[in-house]
Amino acid sequence: MSAVAAAAVDVRGLRHRFGEHVAVDGIDLRVMPGEVFGLLGPNGAGKTTTIRVLNTLLPVQEGTVSIFGLDVRREQTAVRRLLGYVPQQLSIEAALTGRENVAWFARLFDVPRRERRTRVDDALEAMGLLDAADRLAGTYSGGMVRRLELAQALVNRPALLVLDEPTVGLDPVARGGVWERVEELRLATGMTVLVTTHYMEEADAMCDRVAMMHLGTIRAVGPPEELRRSLGPGASLEDVFRRETGNTLDGEEIGKGGLREIRRTRRTAGRVG
Amino acid sequence: MRSAALAGPPVASAERPPPPSLWRTFPSRTLTFCLVELQKLSHDRTELFTRAVQPVLWLLIFGETFNRLHAIPTGSNSYLDFLAPGIIAQSGLFVAIFYGIQIIWERDAGVLNKLLVTPTPRAALILGKSFSAGIRALAQVVVVLVLSVILGVALTTNPLNIIGTFVVVMLGSAFFACLSMTIAGIVLKRDRLMGIGQMITMPLFFASNALYPIAVMPAWLRVLAYVNPLSYEVDALRGMLIGTPSHLPLDFAVLLVSVAVGVTTASSLVGRLAR
Repeated sequence: MSAVAAAAVDVRGLRHRFGEHVAVDGIDLRVMPGEVFGLLGPNGAGKTTTIRVLNTLLPVQEGTVSIFGLDVRREQTAVRRLLGYVPQQLSIEAALTGRENVAWFARLFDVPRRERRTRVDDALEAMGLLDAADRLAGTYSGGMVRRLELAQALVNRPALLVLDEPTVGLDPVARGGVWERVEELRLATGMTVLVTTHYMEEADAMCDRVAMMHLGTIRAVGPPEELRRSLGPGASLEDVFRRETGNTLDGEEIGKGGLREIRRTRRTAGRVG
Repeated sequence: MRSAALAGPPVASAERPPPPSLWRTFPSRTLTFCLVELQKLSHDRTELFTRAVQPVLWLLIFGETFNRLHAIPTGSNSYLDFLAPGIIAQSGLFVAIFYGIQIIWERDAGVLNKLLVTPTPRAALILGKSFSAGIRALAQVVVVLVLSVILGVALTTNPLNIIGTFVVVMLGSAFFACLSMTIAGIVLKRDRLMGIGQMITMPLFFASNALYPIAVMPAWLRVLAYVNPLSYEVDALRGMLIGTPSHLPLDFAVLLVSVAVGVTTASSLVGRLAR
């Protein structure tokens, strides 16, 4: 650990290939403690690959990545202890109750037995799920499932919460509910949140700063209002994205996420929808 | 709202508990995965009944018929006595050999990625999941044991032998679950694993001493039976349940080494599923 005030996420020259395909092409990224930071871009932009490297699921092939000063390449287990992770897919165990799902992760994160029950209840209550805690998670609505996943990720009291497309497929009410909880958490705990999304309006409203990714590179970084202002009055983040990349979010040049990523997105949307 | 209670201590703070040692992590994770499996079973017990059908058929139809035929030399034991431990081992095999499908499902559902982002060594993850396959197998063992008693099989009443039986079934099932997860890490797709699982299950079963003694096998099949961990599982079960001469130290050693090799191999491949 280099310093208490180390950046929450410090990425330098990160490049990641899948065979010949360069998914992330030499990006630099710095997220400060307590920030809600959005990685924006369409399928195939490299957002998910980037966070999979950050959370140790993929190896650091080229460049350096540190989380709160810990080198992701060399200190994987220590990094994992600081993370809470919600993947894009609906990743709960439907055959367990909500409480059992959260308690499972409390055990995997070595939450001491004497604190476990309280911590599980705290996480469930913070996500508004205490009343439904003893129902099978398979009976939850899409929005409740997402909140249960957040409870699982939070039971460890992580320093960095990583959310991969947390609102994909949710209806507007459920999307609002998820963001509301994230915002409450951030205000109450000062936790750093790194979120990927392709919903520009959500990022605009919820993120302190955003990075716009396109074909594996970062094209623009900054607070949403600053990025919008740089384009003139009335501009949206989508307009900024178009200026930086020459494309819209659903243009032909982008969305090269591959069949697997698109299928994953659709499957998630289908399951919550 | 108790969001504030979820605030963690500062990253560099001494309040963050030190990580447990590896010797505590492995049993802790194994128990966690076994507990989760028991919780799942407690919420949906239909699987206990549906999975019990096949071993019951083997004992009732195959066992009873060959018991009358006296076609297979089983020494002083009846064929039904001889068969019951083989069917127990087979139940564990059939549960465990498709366990890799579950890990592929968990990959597709994002659960595996979440598990891999916890501070759980991959070997501990695989060991935990493989023993949770053993938990499912144990549920069937109980069914077969009860049916065997009803059919008049001369089973031991020694509680130590019954506990030993459970341990052997856990070890055997853990090995076959590791084999399945290893194949999953190689083929990466559910339908391919299903095909391979179906292809190897019956050869593993028939190339063992589950249905007939190794002594009556042709020479080439004997070679396969001797390298098949299922044979050692059945040998240990027969020794403990019906008191036939067995080689318990060798049987346990083979099963333990098989599990160790299986965990090492499967854990080296599980990362492929996450990519």
